Order: sequence, then C-alpha cells, then structure tokens
Amino acid sequence: MKHDLLGLKELNADQIRNILDEAADMKRVVLSKEKKIHNLQGKTVVNLFYENSTRTRLSFELAAKYMSANAANISSSGSSVAKGETLADTAETINAMGTDILVMRHNMSGAPHILSKLVDASVVNAGDGMDEHPTQALLDMLTMIEHKGHIEGLKVAIIGDIYHSRVVRSNIYGLTKLGAEVSVGGPRTLMPMGIDEMGVQVFDNVHEALVDADIVMGLRIQLERQKKGLFPSIREYFRFFGVDESRLKLAKPDAIVMHPGPVNRGVELSTAVIDGARSVITQQVTSGVAVRMAVMDMLVHGGF
Amino acid sequence: MKILIKNGRVIDPANGIDKVTDIFIENGIISEVGEDSDLKGVEMEIIDASGKIVAPGLVDMHVHLREPGQEYKEDIETGTRAAVFGGVTSVACMPNTTPVCDNEAVVTYIKSRAAEVGYANVFPIGAVSKGQEGKLLAEIGEMAFAGAVAISDDGHPVENSALMRRAMEYSEMFDVVVISHCEDIALGEGDMNEGAVATSMGLRGISRAAEEVMAARDIIVAEAIGGRVHIAHISTKGSVELIRQAKKRGVRVTCETCPHYFALTEEACLGFNTNAKMNPPLRTAEDVAAIKEGLCDGTIDCIVTDHAPHHADEKNCEFGYAKNGIVGLETSLGLGIKCLVKEGVLTMGELIEKMAVNPSRILGIARGELGVGKAADIVIFDPDKKWTVDITKLHSKGKNSPYDGFELYGKPEYVIVGGEIVINQGELMK
Repeated sequence: MKHDLLGLKELNADQIRNILDEAADMKRVVLSKEKKIHNLQGKTVVNLFYENSTRTRLSFELAAKYMSANAANISSSGSSVAKGETLADTAETINAMGTDILVMRHNMSGAPHILSKLVDASVVNAGDGMDEHPTQALLDMLTMIEHKGHIEGLKVAIIGDIYHSRVVRSNIYGLTKLGAEVSVGGPRTLMPMGIDEMGVQVFDNVHEALVDADIVMGLRIQLERQKKGLFPSIREYFRFFGVDESRLKLAKPDAIVMHPGPVNRGVELSTAVIDGARSVITQQVTSGVAVRMAVMDMLVHGGF
Repeated sequence: MKILIKNGRVIDPANGIDKVTDIFIENGIISEVGEDSDLKGVEMEIIDASGKIVAPGLVDMHVHLREPGQEYKEDIETGTRAAVFGGVTSVACMPNTTPVCDNEAVVTYIKSRAAEVGYANVFPIGAVSKGQEGKLLAEIGEMAFAGAVAISDDGHPVENSALMRRAMEYSEMFDVVVISHCEDIALGEGDMNEGAVATSMGLRGISRAAEEVMAARDIIVAEAIGGRVHIAHISTKGSVELIRQAKKRGVRVTCETCPHYFALTEEACLGFNTNAKMNPPLRTAEDVAAIKEGLCDGTIDCIVTDHAPHHADEKNCEFGYAKNGIVGLETSLGLGIKCLVKEGVLTMGELIEKMAVNPSRILGIARGELGVGKAADIVIFDPDKKWTVDITKLHSKGKNSPYDGFELYGKPEYVIVGGEIVINQGELMK
C-alpha cells in the first residue's frame, strides 16, 4: 500500500508528531556542512507545479537532493499542461516513467486527491487551491516547537486573507489536533462561512485576535482580491488589519512572528516587524526543507 | 397492437383512480379501463400486472438531451432510451444545445429526430432569448407553433428583469410557460454550497441567496404583471418559503425540484466527488427537510431530473473544472419511492402527480393520465422490489451519477409508449 500526504485533515495527532520528530532530526542535516544522506538513494521525486512557486518548489527539490534522490521539475508553462493535457493524462505519463514521489502544487482544491487515485507514486500536496498546504503547516509547527518547546496550549493568531488560504486550513487542522488554541482574524469579506466549525475563534477586529498570542502569523494578501472588490484598498487593509509594532504589543512579550511568504512589506506586516527581533520568517524556510525531507523519507519507508 | 394489462393496481391521480383493475390498449390509445369487457377471441398481448402498480408514464419536464451539437455527451436516441428505462415516457428537453434551440428550425429538427430515433416522446423547450444571451427575445411564437412547449434560458439565467417581464407577457399569447433557472450570476460564483463543508475543503461556496434572490424577483415580476412563471430545480428552504407565500397570495407560480435535492446533502461532495457537483449545488439537511415539506404540502408541484449527461473526461478532473450536473432519468422513480413514499412524505398517488400529472398540466401536453381515449403511455413497476444502482450499466451515455451502489425500489418492468411495449420485463424491446 502506498502512502500520501494530501492534507493534515487526514492525519491524527500521533502521525503529525512523528513527522515533526523526524523533521527535527532532518533539520540537523540541513544545518550541517555535509548535506548528504542516502535515505532516498535510487528514488525519483518529480515536482509537478501547476502554479508558480519559488520557495516551495526549491525547498522540495533540495530536500530530495539532500537525501540523494533523483529530482525533476515540471511547471505548467512550457509543458504539456500548457498544451491542454488533462490531469489524468499527465498523471499517466509521469506514472509510466517510474516516479516514486510526486509533489504537486495546483491552483484547484482537491487536485492531489484526484492525482493520488491515478498514480502508483506517493503524492505530496504542495498546496492545492484554497484547500491545504500540509508541509507549510508542518514547518510552521516545527518552528513553533523550536521556539516554544511544544504546541499544546499555545495561542496562535492568524491574520489576513483566511478565505483563500490553504496555509490557514492546514494550520487549523494541525494545530488544533496538537492542542493549540487558534484564532483567525481578517476582514469579513475574506472570512469563509463556517470556519468557526473548524474549532477556531473568529475575529474581525485585529486587536482582539492578537491579545495574549504566543504566535502571530500573517497571511499573504493578494492584490487581485482587491480588484475583485473584496476589500477597498491595500492602504485601508493595513490600517485596520496590518500588524505593526504597536499592535504586536498586544501579543505576549515573547511572541514570535511568522509568515509563509512571500511577504508584502507594509501590507500584512510592517517592515519593522518583518525585520524585527521576533520575526522567525527565515527560520521557517530552513524548517521547510527539513519537514519535506522527513515527509518524503517516511512516505517511501512505511508512512507516518 | 392490442395490449391488456391485467390485475394491476392502477394509479391515475388525474382521474381520481387507485384500484386493482385492467387496462385495454388499442391503436396507441387507452380504450377501456375496467374488468368487465368481453375480449374473448381478441388477439392481444397480455401483461399480468398482479402485485404491481400501473401508472401513467412519467413526464420529466427538465432534461438535457444534448442534441444537436453535443452528441458526445448524449443524443436523442440514448437520452430517450435512458428515459424509458426509468419509466419516463415523455421528456421536455432544454434548449442549451449547439446551436441553441432558439428558433423554429431547431425545434423542428429535435422533433423530427425524436420521431425517427426516440424511444420516448420529446417535447422541446425553446430559448427565452436569442442565443440564450439574455438580450433579445427569441422567436417564441414560431417555436410554439413548431411544437415548443415552454421557454427557458436554463443554465443562463435571465439577468435582465425587463427581459424576464417581456418573456412572461409575450409567451402567454402562445400559451407556453417561462421556466426560470434562478441564479444571480455574481452571487452564484463558486463550486458547492456555502458553509462549513465547503470551507473545510477549500472550495468556493455558493450562497443560497444566489437562488433565492432570483426566485423572489421572478415572483415579484409575475405578481406585478399577472404573469405566469415556473421556477426550475429549487434547492433551498428559502425558495420553498418564497413560493409557498407567493402561492398563498395567488401569484401564478409553479415550481419543481430534483431527486438530488431530497436524496443528498452537500456532504456528498466530500473527497472532491465531482459527481456531486451541480448547479444549484447540493444543500444541507435543513434544506432537504424543507424540500420534503414543500413536496408534502403542495408548494412544489413537480419532480424533474435535470438529467445532465457529461462525458467522463468532464468529470474525471479537478473539482473546480468539473462540469455541473448529473444524469437522473434512470434513478428518479426509485429515489422518489425510497426517499418520499417509503418515508411517508408522499403517497404513491402524490408521487405520480408530481412526476407525471402536474408536469403535463404545466406544459399543457395531453399526457400524465390513463383515461379512455388518452395516449397509452404507461409504466408498470413493483414499488417493493429492490434494485441496486450500478452506474456502469446506465443506458445514458453519461455515467455521471452520485448514486452508484444505492439500493432503490421499483425498477420499471414494463413501459408502454404510444401503445407500444418499449420495455418488457425490464428489457428493451427494439
């Protein structure tokens, strides 16, 4: 039986802890001088990216290479995908080439779930539409553990475009399973109906969302949302929802600031906050490589 | 061909009949209902309907046959074949074909193709507007003369309220009803019903308001001008309530729902099941309860399938890209019995009313009843006999059904269309 990582929705708390434990070991590899282990020797990892991505794609590619896997990349532009090939046909083609792990980024929710049914390879969801981005949430949690020692009992405030965010959904699934208290904040027009039923507190007042938070996470605001009329202007967004140094004072004195990147400076977070002492944004990137190493290693060696 | 249907429980709500009796068919017409006729020596086919229900053939007033232009999804032959397997002897087909059925020529084409290859009666529905573009009235009078029984821009809601008013006014001169697919396009953008399930899967939610805003508008327009409108495929509690109140005020509004709006909820979408993607979307248990209540109290006049066959490639893909709609002709009677009759929502007679009598009346076609002199369109089934849906065995070209493995009741055993036995002991005759 093959194993996939389609989302944190499908995992239980122990499985998530197992990944985080292995990721902590992998992080030592990433931070060492000799970044080479042989866990994926002879295995092939294909990154199938239907959406542009710099950090996630590179992170998966390096993770595969640090573990001695063969790694290849397909992006939608300049490939058969751009020529209108269906997902089913692309899947069949890649399957026929002997792939062990397929890492997929797709603009449509659920695409990896469909892919998984079509291929023999293990599928890793590297972000699907507005659904999930499980390795992002895992790297967020690994970073939280490095700073706070645990997830249970942490107050995590996530601020921004909740409606369109796959990062927030994976974080909610993961964090609530490990016992954190999650609050989400943002304009009502960017807040999906029924999000409270996922076990979070919902605020449309950024101050209330930030009070006593251990973790403050900003989410990217995409400019096309403004063009669709979901909020009036970037300026007004920052005025009411941007996290600057004064608003950060509402959080705990030792709160850390996170962001999945890429950051719009002066929109989700002020430049002073991004570059400030509490920001762990760069460490998240390092954790990302470690988490992806752990996930891929476990997928080909019996699962989580 | 002469046919005697013996000892069946004849349910003919239009004539207030529900009793065990015989029906004699001659020259495509019902010539006798009763047991005392002397048929000695007459050469005829005898169907023993003991223990079975004998009912008027079902009339499905919301079907997509896809011909002309989209024969890769379905055509008139396969669509009507699926219909008779479901006990449906008459279908009204929607005009969103290629080209659009917005003129006399396409109406005539559909009717002649149906006469040539159809297993069931086909009643074309013409477009409200030229090209279903929502701008200029189509040639409604000419289409009506050619045989169109209603007009609708189904799938392309008429956004312009003035055009909707003109359509109601103009169509009434030719005695064809306007069928309105109620959807506010901007509010209706999305993948599935809005709420916790959509949010948990990262799918874009469609508010109930998208349907209800338009239903309310159509009711208001009809009320203001004394016009008549039939609201297609209602799916929400709010729509039921709007129509219930409108009927109380005497507004000339009728409406229909589909089996999926009383048999399924939005949870059928879990796992990104594209066979549960439709428009309007599957709703919640609360809406299902309201739809059943609306069926029970008469607010909802008809049950239709919105039979929407698609090619496998159009469903075997990303949820967001998948086409809306499911096939329904072969499962509607079974779902009606299972979810409505067996649950005590409707009597069998009331189910037949909603699936045969009322659609015929709304369209003004001489179907849906078993009186002497009426067209011999008949379905015979055992409402207690179970059968299991296997979507690979559907007779439609489309296999896009969410009911695979469902245990239903009352698979049609005999279907008679125009006095010809088309389905005999569950098998197709020609």
